[in-house]
Amino acid sequence: MLGEPGSLVGIGSPMTAVVLAHFLVGLTILAVGVRVSRLAVSSGVVVLLTAFIAMVALARRDEEIHETWTWIGDLGLTIDLRLDGFAVVMGLVVSGLGALILAYAAAYFDHDRTFNRFAGVFVLFAGAMTGLVLSADLFTMFVFWEMTSLFSFLLIGLDDRSEKARKSALRALLTTGMGGLALLGAVALFQVEAGTTSFAALAESPPAGAVVNAALVLVLLAAFTKSAQFPFHFWLPGAMAAPTPVSAYLHSATMVKAGIVLVARMAPIFGDREFWRWSIVVCGGLTMMIGGLRALKQNDIKLLLAFGTVSQLGFMMILFGLGTPSLTYAGVAHLVAHAIFKAGLFLGVGVVDHTFGSRDITVLSGVGRKMKWLAALAVANALSMAGVIPLLGFATKEKALVGLIDSDHYVGGLGNIALVVVVLGSVVTVMYTLRFISGTFGRRSDAVDSDVRHRPGWLLVGPVVLLAGLSIIGGLVPGVLGDLVRGPAKSLDAAAKGHLVLWPGVNAAFLTSLGILAGGAALWRATRRLEWNRTIPIDGERAYDVVYESVLSISRRVTAVSQTGSLVVYLVATMTVVLAALVVAIFWAGDLTVDGLVIADSWQQALIVIGVCAASIALVIVRHRFVSAAMLGVVGFGVAVLFALHGAPDLALTQLLVETLTLVVFLLVLRQMPRRFDPSPSWVPRVFRLVVSLAVGAAMTLFALQVFDARTGTSVGEEYAVLSEPEAGGRNIVNVILVDFRGFDTLGEITVLAIAAIGVMNLVRMAQRQRRIEAASADEVVA
Amino acid sequence: MIGKRLTVLDEADRWLFRALMLVSIYVMVRGHNAPGGGFAGGLIAGSAFVLRYLAGGILRVRRSSIVNPSRLIGLGLIVSAVVAAVPLLSGDPALSSDIAKISLPVIGTVKVVSSSLFDLGVYLLVVGAVLTVLVHLGSDPLGDGT
Repeated sequence: MLGEPGSLVGIGSPMTAVVLAHFLVGLTILAVGVRVSRLAVSSGVVVLLTAFIAMVALARRDEEIHETWTWIGDLGLTIDLRLDGFAVVMGLVVSGLGALILAYAAAYFDHDRTFNRFAGVFVLFAGAMTGLVLSADLFTMFVFWEMTSLFSFLLIGLDDRSEKARKSALRALLTTGMGGLALLGAVALFQVEAGTTSFAALAESPPAGAVVNAALVLVLLAAFTKSAQFPFHFWLPGAMAAPTPVSAYLHSATMVKAGIVLVARMAPIFGDREFWRWSIVVCGGLTMMIGGLRALKQNDIKLLLAFGTVSQLGFMMILFGLGTPSLTYAGVAHLVAHAIFKAGLFLGVGVVDHTFGSRDITVLSGVGRKMKWLAALAVANALSMAGVIPLLGFATKEKALVGLIDSDHYVGGLGNIALVVVVLGSVVTVMYTLRFISGTFGRRSDAVDSDVRHRPGWLLVGPVVLLAGLSIIGGLVPGVLGDLVRGPAKSLDAAAKGHLVLWPGVNAAFLTSLGILAGGAALWRATRRLEWNRTIPIDGERAYDVVYESVLSISRRVTAVSQTGSLVVYLVATMTVVLAALVVAIFWAGDLTVDGLVIADSWQQALIVIGVCAASIALVIVRHRFVSAAMLGVVGFGVAVLFALHGAPDLALTQLLVETLTLVVFLLVLRQMPRRFDPSPSWVPRVFRLVVSLAVGAAMTLFALQVFDARTGTSVGEEYAVLSEPEAGGRNIVNVILVDFRGFDTLGEITVLAIAAIGVMNLVRMAQRQRRIEAASADEVVA
Repeated sequence: MIGKRLTVLDEADRWLFRALMLVSIYVMVRGHNAPGGGFAGGLIAGSAFVLRYLAGGILRVRRSSIVNPSRLIGLGLIVSAVVAAVPLLSGDPALSSDIAKISLPVIGTVKVVSSSLFDLGVYLLVVGAVLTVLVHLGSDPLGDGT
């Protein structure tokens, strides 16, 4: 249970309420069904807008809001939410874009059977992502992190009838799931080493040492997988199997930023380590280059944008990972700018796809002429992506360049490497932006103009207009965003500083920007006619496939060896282990003498034991299965009588009933089996089986004799006997133990019983279906 | 159905089935203070169905069980788990038992222990499990009818 009862959802804890509201609405949408899809979307949009407004209102309060729910206090595990500046920015992106994209999706999708699932999971995801950005400690972040992976899996695989979608979903889940495990490892290491995973506490007294470094490697691994950094970048383009609104939201604006958020939180605390900086620059740089270069090869404009996102994620990883004061500021600003222009581009592609029925550069032609307004808006967003003045992307990228040029004060020569990588990456960005614009909206000489199939409604175009408007207005008056993100940047790192301007004046960064644009445009003109056939030799996707396939084939081989399906082999193996354990236990005790051995309490007892022994021998010797089963019953009934003689009526009663029913079940099964055992059932030699059986029997007997007088403490039975009546209100101590003292055991046992019964049911049904199919095909042959 | 119908079994089933069901409930209820309990009671009820099966075959068993056996399993598990979890609401450890004395007219004072309800869940689950196994292993190889 979380926290004090009664105050879980209240005005006292607005952030918890916001997150829970998402989950409540999301689950309700999933539960209610498809018939009210309009209502589902509306309620989802309302929840996201409420979250947006709540976030704005909370951010205007003076005090920093902090909510903590103890989960497992003994382990120091708490759900800890804190609304600092950075959380506000990310939260606004999550809820604002979420509301916009969900409304867009209502017009984009056919309202078919998957739509409801989309809307429900979408809102659930928004809740998890909001929780993630609000997380004040690593553990809380881990919980929401895993939720986002799961919801992303469900949304990528939304079209569950497409094999490609299912495969991509699984690939994304396994990759980000691996990162999730790494994050859990980091949580454990920090908890053990520093006693806390809270970002604030870690920042106050940063721990150091080998364990902390190991934890940081795990943190980087988690961030790199989640944010599609090289060499884990391959899952993101695969995730484009998801519908466009999903791609726009999860796989460009929000979820893939989770790794960036993690790095942004950790870099001010631990970012001064060499291995941290080098991993960030190397992996981030490679991601930026590879993403950009592969974007240049794409004909599907959605995939082109996806690789563009990979490239941009590498860029942002460098900004936050190096974590100098001005780079942190530039990072927050660019995070917002990227969320706006990339979501706008994806939604624009969605409109083109919806209207013209294609996303292929080699098919689309003349789109720009037929939809001038849409083209203009998409071009505005695209130019913001390329960093063209006077759009928002220019201001933020310029800030990043300024930060990188200055960064050698902080990080030495590595700053120059990062600068070169970012400049090269930006040149490629300009190139794929031009490819996107000309490919989507230009005219092809070798193709007829595409036809308008469906006119897009205002709900489809509206969000694109809004986002493009933000890119343009934000670019013209960048100071507004610049002021808004200063507080958030300072909440990450108190030293963070900077401001955004439209016209920076002619300085090194501005000239670099111009150089990037000119270089990118020239290179694109020079290479646009080239076919990009050369593949990049380092291919994470292929590596993933190899690992995945070999894990499967290894487990298949291990299964083939260890699970032969032969009952004899299983029994011999089990019994040999039991034998070894018994022998060790007996000789460990060392004392092989037995005191006070009584042969028999009474003549009845002796008689029954002799009968049981005779039945056991008979059951092994006879060749009829039926007789064997009957002998087994005799053994069981004999034991029941022994229980009764010893004054254990409960045990005797239960044993009697179980034996009866077991015998009946045996008979039911034996109806369908050969009457006799096979003459020589298996390749485990008869002699060997005999030796194992006899040895187990002998060892068991010795063991029983030993434990007979091995007790040194008092029996728990006596305590139970005293407590039975006053504590549990029962005089039958056996029953009281079952339902009260050891009730958990009973709960576990009946669960096993339930599973066993369901297992029998399914086995029988499978066999019946198989036989019906065989019978049917046999009939066909006869006919 | 296995073999021919036997009058002896038919009559035994007719008279004994209800008696066995009553006995099973009695054994379950008295379990807290005397030999018995939910597990034994459930097995007795299960054997009543076995008798019915031997007398009248699978169809008669199906006709006489009101609910789907596998639902009975789920119901039993839910009852037990809920009874186990209820004390958590008042901050006690799971499975803490509560004793209530209720005075009824004619019968007098009856002591009710919450763990008896837990036993009821065990009873339902065991009946469900036995019935499930019986219905499935007892049906014909093709599973399509008698």
